[in-house]
Amino acid sequence: MQKTTILQVNQLNSYYTKGSKVFGKKNATQVLKDVNFELYRGEVLGVVGESGSGKSTLAKVILGITNEYEGSIVHNSLRPQMVFQDPYASLNPAFTVERILEEPLLIYGKYGKEERKRRVMEMLENVGLSEEHLKRKPRELSGGQRQRVSIAAAMIVHPQLLILDEAVSALDVTIQAQILDLLIRLKKEHNLSYLFISHDLNVVYQCCDRVLVMKDGEVVEENTVDGIFDKPQHEYTKQLLESAQ
Amino acid sequence: MIEVDEESGNFAMKNKGISSIFQGKNVFFRIGSVITGALVFLICLSTVWLPYSPTQMDATAKLNAPSFLHLFGTDHLGRDIFSRVMEGAGNTLLIATCVVLIGCIIGTLIGSLTGYFGGMADIVLMRVCDSITAFPSVLLALVMVMLLGRGKYQIILILGILFIPSFARVVRGEVARQRNLNYIYSAKLMGAGHARIIFYHILPNTISVLLPTISIGFNNAVLAEASMSYLGVGVQKPDTSLGGMLAEAQSYLTSAPYYAIFIGLVIVLMILGFSMLGEGLSRNNATN
Repeated sequence: MQKTTILQVNQLNSYYTKGSKVFGKKNATQVLKDVNFELYRGEVLGVVGESGSGKSTLAKVILGITNEYEGSIVHNSLRPQMVFQDPYASLNPAFTVERILEEPLLIYGKYGKEERKRRVMEMLENVGLSEEHLKRKPRELSGGQRQRVSIAAAMIVHPQLLILDEAVSALDVTIQAQILDLLIRLKKEHNLSYLFISHDLNVVYQCCDRVLVMKDGEVVEENTVDGIFDKPQHEYTKQLLESAQ
Repeated sequence: MIEVDEESGNFAMKNKGISSIFQGKNVFFRIGSVITGALVFLICLSTVWLPYSPTQMDATAKLNAPSFLHLFGTDHLGRDIFSRVMEGAGNTLLIATCVVLIGCIIGTLIGSLTGYFGGMADIVLMRVCDSITAFPSVLLALVMVMLLGRGKYQIILILGILFIPSFARVVRGEVARQRNLNYIYSAKLMGAGHARIIFYHILPNTISVLLPTISIGFNNAVLAEASMSYLGVGVQKPDTSLGGMLAEAQSYLTSAPYYAIFIGLVIVLMILGFSMLGEGLSRNNATN
């Protein structure tokens, strides 16, 4: 099968400047160091590492939320989207589920009223929610339901690349499994690529094709899931695996 | 936190919207709406019907005590106080409403823009707001009266400007907090522009902090208008407002105490009604 590159990251460095810029880079902490990787179409790339290893910064840099970086990021994907960790802060509390899902379609502005309604309903069913949830506000939904709505809102514009930043970490194990199933099913249906950021190795093992292991802003190991789990090369990867068992 | 199982989606706490205020035991809202409703009804009534003409003098009935003929008694020129209060309260309410509207709209606009974009404009505008609030507001209003002249519309404009900082500050803080939440990042990723994010995404979420500010601002506006008219720079004769009447009434405090008492009572009721309404609304907001 021919591989299409969706995302290519070259020599990516990112700094986090504290306080004033008067003292220049003396005050800057390097969050990402020479990160290189490629993400292919239809692939799930896991990014694991402890807190503070630069995983979330990587996501923000890729999506352009932070501009403090050097290096090149090339993505050939339309409308990359992101699903955040905290399902409580990632949905607008003043909107109903219907408005949350309709909003991206309104922004792209090319759909009629009927068409929007149809797409919203279709997406809602796709993520396992029903019409009764349409008029609810985020606070009237459970954590799992909120995460489903987040996924639906990200998916409704048919992105080719979806960045999942600890998307299932805040959920309990059974709901986690449901959401992972949902993500895998949607990926197969739409031939999507995921950048799956997680600190939970078990989750990564369940859904990823390849894994990047990050420590202190550096990619210390990159391999297929089986390679990482069966023959870990780097000391840090071995540590991670041991602590997960 | 109320969490019930994923499938059924049943929650003990549900948003029933505005109707829940009336069903619940929200005493504040009920009492507030009764008081405010009664006052607003009388004020509306005054535009089409009054027991007596508020300017009609009666030399035979000066400073009469309250009776069935004159509910609140008559003043030093023999005018019916009840009719004058109805009309004066209307003026006070109109001025207070306009003042709050000006302060709220412009303050919200300034607050949301500075809170969202930050930077130099934010620092400058907030320091301007600080310096406005640093002066005693009545003093500042009097200075502005010197520049703009006295009268109803001048007072609306002056008080309106003085009320901008309190709204701007509250909205700015809330917008600055909301703008770093993930749902705003999501909206940006969807391709929403700044205007859409500020006015469509963030502003509805500032209502919970805006409501109490509006009710407090309204009370301050009623008091400020009363003070200005009391000092004689607000509503000009022959029109009347509660503050202006209070100024007239104080000369007769010993001979006809009911004159001042009834007017003061109406001011108190107006403020009480609106604070309770505001309190009820914000409590309802908090429990939802």
